[in-house]
Amino acid sequence: MSRRVRLVVFLIGGGAVAALLAIAFLSMPHFGRSEHLYRDLAVPAAVKHVTANVVSSVNFDQRGMDTFGEETILIASVVGTAALLRPAKEETERRVPDTGRTLGATRLVGYLMLPVSLVIGLDVVLHGHVTPGGGFQGGVVLATGLHLLYVSGSYPALDRLRPLELFDIVDGVGAATFAAVGLAGIAFAGSFLANVVSFGTFGALFSAGTVPILNVAVGMEVFAGIVAILAKFLDQDITVVKEGDQ
Amino acid sequence: MNVYAYFVAGWLLIVGGYGIVRSRHMVHAIVSLAVAQAGTYVLLLAVGYQNNVTAPVFGSTEKPTKQVVDPVVQAMTLTDIVVSATVTALLLALAVQVNKRQGTVDPDELAALEG
Amino acid sequence: MTTQAAGHLLPVLVAAPILVACLLVAVGPRLPRLAVDVLATGTALGVTGAAALLLVVTDPGRTVTWFGGWTPVHRVSVGIPFVADSVSAGIALLVGGLMSCALLYSWRYFASVEGHFHALMLFFLAGMEGFALSGDVFDMFVFFEVMGAAAYALTGFKVEDESAVEGGLNFGIVNSLGAYFSLTGIGILYARVGQLGLPQLGDALAHKPPDALVVAAFVLIVTGFLVKSAMVPFHFWLADAHAVAPAPVCVLFSGVMVELGLYGTARVFWVAFGETIPLDDIRRTFLILGATTAVLGAVMCFTQRHLKRLLAYSTISHVGLFIIGFACLDPDGTAGAALYVLGHAGVKGALFLIVGVLLDRYGTVDEQDLYGRAKGQRLMPWLFFASALGLAGLPPFGTALGKSLIEDATLVHGFDWGPALFVLVSAVTAGAVLRAGLRIYFGLGPEPQQEDADKTRGDEEPDTPRLTRVPLTMIVPIVVLVLGGLAAGVVPHGGQAVAHAAERLIDGKGYIDQALTNAPPTPLHPEPKADWTTLGVLLGVVSTLLAFGFAALGLWAQKLPQPLQVVSAAFRPLMRVLHHIHSGHVGDYVAWLFVGVAVLAGLVGIPLR
Repeated sequence: MSRRVRLVVFLIGGGAVAALLAIAFLSMPHFGRSEHLYRDLAVPAAVKHVTANVVSSVNFDQRGMDTFGEETILIASVVGTAALLRPAKEETERRVPDTGRTLGATRLVGYLMLPVSLVIGLDVVLHGHVTPGGGFQGGVVLATGLHLLYVSGSYPALDRLRPLELFDIVDGVGAATFAAVGLAGIAFAGSFLANVVSFGTFGALFSAGTVPILNVAVGMEVFAGIVAILAKFLDQDITVVKEGDQ
Repeated sequence: MNVYAYFVAGWLLIVGGYGIVRSRHMVHAIVSLAVAQAGTYVLLLAVGYQNNVTAPVFGSTEKPTKQVVDPVVQAMTLTDIVVSATVTALLLALAVQVNKRQGTVDPDELAALEG
Repeated sequence: MTTQAAGHLLPVLVAAPILVACLLVAVGPRLPRLAVDVLATGTALGVTGAAALLLVVTDPGRTVTWFGGWTPVHRVSVGIPFVADSVSAGIALLVGGLMSCALLYSWRYFASVEGHFHALMLFFLAGMEGFALSGDVFDMFVFFEVMGAAAYALTGFKVEDESAVEGGLNFGIVNSLGAYFSLTGIGILYARVGQLGLPQLGDALAHKPPDALVVAAFVLIVTGFLVKSAMVPFHFWLADAHAVAPAPVCVLFSGVMVELGLYGTARVFWVAFGETIPLDDIRRTFLILGATTAVLGAVMCFTQRHLKRLLAYSTISHVGLFIIGFACLDPDGTAGAALYVLGHAGVKGALFLIVGVLLDRYGTVDEQDLYGRAKGQRLMPWLFFASALGLAGLPPFGTALGKSLIEDATLVHGFDWGPALFVLVSAVTAGAVLRAGLRIYFGLGPEPQQEDADKTRGDEEPDTPRLTRVPLTMIVPIVVLVLGGLAAGVVPHGGQAVAHAAERLIDGKGYIDQALTNAPPTPLHPEPKADWTTLGVLLGVVSTLLAFGFAALGLWAQKLPQPLQVVSAAFRPLMRVLHHIHSGHVGDYVAWLFVGVAVLAGLVGIPLR
C-alpha cells in the first residue's frame, strides 16, 4: 500500500480505537480513589509472610508464577539474541587492538564508580525484600556498572573482565535456581513456590522466607543476562567483520 | 480531571502505533513499539494510585498499614518493563541482521516478503 | 493419583522444560550434539507423558492448584491458579507431542548453534504449556510473551536468509503490539474488578449488564490472542513468519501456537465474560470474522507458489473454520473445533516437515522450480498425499469428523451456508496442496513459465546441509503426525471424550466455583452426539473430490474452455490488489491491526448500546 493509503487506513482504525478507549476511560473509577481490593488483600498477606517490601512480596511470593514467567522471558531473550547475532557464515571475529583514547578524567571517574556501582547493585539485590529494589533492579545496576569499564576504558578492558562462558553458566544457574526453589515448594510445603524457609523478623536481612533467595537468583540471572545481551551487540559492532574486510 | 491520567496512557498507545505506521527506519519502529508499551505502564500505575498515601514499603518508622498505593500494579509494571526490554533486544537483533542482509532498514524498501 | 498430586503436575509441565533449557544455556556449548538432542527430545517426551497422565487423571473434571499455597478465602485470593480441564490437558498433550516430533526431526542435522535452538524450543514449550494451563489473565499475558520471545528468535533463526530476519521482525512487532493491547484491556478490567484471576473476574462480572468498560476490556484482551490466532485482519504476519521459520518450528506454529490464541479467547470469554456479554452478540461477531478469515485465507492460499506461504495461508483459512466452530458457542461446535484442530495439527505438521525435506534435498520451496524434480520417490509422495487428503477432510481423518460436527452445529443455529462454506474452503486449500504435490512428485501439468512479479518466490536457505538421503529421524515424525491426524477421527469413543471436554470448557460457572471453593464439577450430558453422520461422511468425500477438481484447475488453467478463461481473468485484478495489500510492510500490518480492533469493538459493542 502506498504511504497515503496506509495513513488513511490508520487514521480510520486509530480514530475508532481512540473513541473506544475514550468511552472506556470515562467509565473507569476516578484517578486517586481509595478503594483497591487487591491492595487490601496483598498488604496483610505480605505482613503475614514477614516481608517489609510489599511489592517484592507480591512479585516473588504471592504472584511468584508471573515472575517465574518473566525471568524465563529474560533468559529466552538472551539465548535468542545470542542466536540471532551470531556471526554469519561469511563473517569472522577479529581481535580488537588495545588502543583507547579516553580522557584521563573519564577513566578515573569510571574506575572509581565501578566498585561503587557494583556494591550498590549488590545492596539493591540483597535488600530487595526490605527496601525498594530487588533482583531485577539490582541486576541491571550491576550489569551497567560493569560496562563502565567499556565506557571509560576500552573494549579489551571490558572483555578481560567478562568471561562470557562464565556468564552463561551464571545465567542458567540463576534461572534454574528459581525453578528449583519452586519445585522445593512442592516437595516440602505442598505447593509450587510455597515458602520453605523460616520467616525471621520483620525488616531484618533474614526475613520474608524464600523471597531473598529468589531475589538473589533473579539478580544473578539479570546481571549475567544483560551483560550477555550487550556483549552480543558490542561484538556485532566491534569485532564481527565480513571475511576479507579488516 | 479525574480520568486524565488514563487518557495519557491511551494517547501513548495510539501515538506509538502511528510511529510504526509512518516509520522509515526499523529502529524507529521498534522504539515506537516501546512508546506504545509505555502507555500500558502509565495505565497500570494510574489505576493503582491513591491520593495522599505513601509507598507500600514498611520499615522501622513506617508501620504496616493498608493506606498505601496498590503494590500489585507496581509488580505488574515491573514485569511489563522486563518484557519490554527483552523484546526490544530481540527485535533490535533482528533489525541488525536485516540491515546486514538487505543493506537497508527502511520498511518501504524491504522487499523479501510480498504477496 | 490424588487430586493434590495431579495439581503438582501442572507446574512441573512448565518448570521441567525451563530447568532443562537453563542447563542447555549453561553448558550447551560444551556438550556433544547427541547429548543436546537426547536431553531436549527426552524432555519433550517427558512433558508429553506427564500431560497424558494429567489428561487421564483430570478427565472428565478439572484439576486446580493455587501457587504458593494462596488458596482463596471468601472467593478472592492474592495468588495465581492453574486450572486444567480436559481441553487444557489435551492442548498440553498436543503441545508436547508436536514438540517431540519437531525435535526428533531436528536431530543431528539441524544446525543448533551451541544448543541455542534446543534451548529456545524448550522455552517455547514451557510458554505454551503455561498459557494453556493458566487461570489468571495477567499470567496468561506473561506466558503469551514467553511464547512470543522464543517464537521471534526461532523465526529469524536462519540469519543468513534475508526473508527470515524480515519475517521475524514483522512477526515480533505485530504480535507484541497485540499483546500490549491485551495488557491495556487487563488494566481496564483490573480497575473495575480489583482481581486478576479468571474465576474472580467471572464472579465479579456475572449477571451484570455489560457497560462500555466491560465490552472494551473484552475486545482489548482478546485482541492480543486473536492476533496470535491470525484472524482477519490480524493475519498478515503469519504468512511472513511461517514462510521463513525452519520447518520443525512451523509445525509448532501451525499446529498449536496459532490455535492457542483461539483457546485463550475461548477460555477468557467463557470464564470471565460468559455470564455478562450476550451469547448472540459474540456468536454473530465471530461467525462474520471467522467466515471472512476462512475465505480470504483460501483465496490467498490457492495463488501462492512459495510452498510454505501456501501452507501458511491454508492455516489461516482453517483458523477461520475453527473460529466458526467456537462461534457456535455450544458443545457440538466446540467439540468439532477441537477435533478439527487435532486432525489439522497432524496433517499440517506432516506437510511442513515434508516441505522441509524438499528444501533440504533440492534447495528450494518454489512450486514452479520444483516441477517434476521429486519424481520417483517412494515414501514421501504417499505421506504428502495422505496429508493433503486429510486437509481436504476425507473421512476417517480427524479433520473430517471435526468438520462434520461443526457443519451440524452451524445448521442448528440457522447458518445454512455453513456446510457449503466448509466444503468449499477445505476443497480450495487442499486443492492448492494437491496441485503442488502433483506438480512436484509427478510432473503433471505444463512446464510453468510466467513470472508473477507480485508473488513471493520460493527461495529459502535450507535448514540442514544438503541431504541426499532422508534420515530416519526425519521420516518417523512425519509418519507419526499423519497417523495422529488419522487417529483423531478413528479412536473409539474419541468423539465422545472430546464432546465431554467441550462441555467442560463451556461451563464457566463450574470453573469459577471449583477454582474458588473446590466445589465438585457438575455432571455431564450422558450421551453427547459426537460421532460420524452420513451427511458428514458425504460432505467429506465431496470436499475431497472438489479438491482434486481445484487441483486440476490449477494445473491445466491454460487448457480451460474460452468462457471459463474469461471468468478467471476477471479475478486477476482483485487478486493483484489482495497480493499488493499483503505487502510485507510492517506499517501496513499495524494499520490493519488498529482497524481490526475497531471492527471487533464495533461488532461486539454497537448492538449492545
